[in-house]
Amino acid sequence: MEINALYYLIPAMFMFACGVYGFITRRNMIAMLISLELMLNGVDMNFVVFNRFLYPGQLEGMFFTLFAIAIAAAETALAIAIVVNVYRANNDIDVRDINKLKF
Amino acid sequence: METLGSKIAYAVIVLVIIACSVLAVTSRKILRAATYLLFALFATAAVYFQLDYEFLGGVQIAVYAGGIVVLVVFAILLTTHPGDNSERLKSRSRVLGLIAGLATFGLGAFSLLSRCSDLSHSIPAGGNPDMHTIGSKMLSSGFDGYLLPFEAISVLLLACIIGGIVVARKR
Repeated sequence: MEINALYYLIPAMFMFACGVYGFITRRNMIAMLISLELMLNGVDMNFVVFNRFLYPGQLEGMFFTLFAIAIAAAETALAIAIVVNVYRANNDIDVRDINKLKF
Repeated sequence: METLGSKIAYAVIVLVIIACSVLAVTSRKILRAATYLLFALFATAAVYFQLDYEFLGGVQIAVYAGGIVVLVVFAILLTTHPGDNSERLKSRSRVLGLIAGLATFGLGAFSLLSRCSDLSHSIPAGGNPDMHTIGSKMLSSGFDGYLLPFEAISVLLLACIIGGIVVARKR
């Protein structure tokens, strides 16, 4: 058995599919955020694997993943600030109960 | 040709990735979901180490495991009672989620397996960029430099700090 790129891409895709499942089924905002992190992580792995297997010696995929990790950190911090604020206003972080701005 | 040890390491990493990502989205205790997410992120870092990107693996552990998961755990402890289970899923939403997840996986697997014929060679030599290369590329404004995205990320992080304070402050 030779380990080729597909052996890394399939688990990354499985991670992404798990994130999709969680994002659709979960109702807690933080659980949805966790699913989002899983999806982002699967995509990051794709960049690195394609860079390593198809273009060894170049660093484009690695840098893209570095910047993606930084953006993910920023996005998570903001999302958690919003979650805390929603909890303060609503006493709950279930997405079905957040409808104060509707109608 | 890989050694037996690296194959065993590969198998362990993939098992951890698959098991932890399934458990992170199906566990009914939210704190456990965060813990499973942490282990999935560690396994991803292990993949980076195995592909010879040591710097990237270090960043993954430092930022994701050290930063994001800690933030998520703090938010969980602030907003939910630790022992609570989330309510059981309705079968309709579970079926919808399963259909979407399986469709994503199937579509991706089909396109990977049918279109990419040059993915089947084993790992080529010559990865492992040293710190000097990474640093000089990160701060060069030349043809293959990344100074502009680096600066943009700095401004983005500053905006994110200010936004976080503005959104979450007490009025």
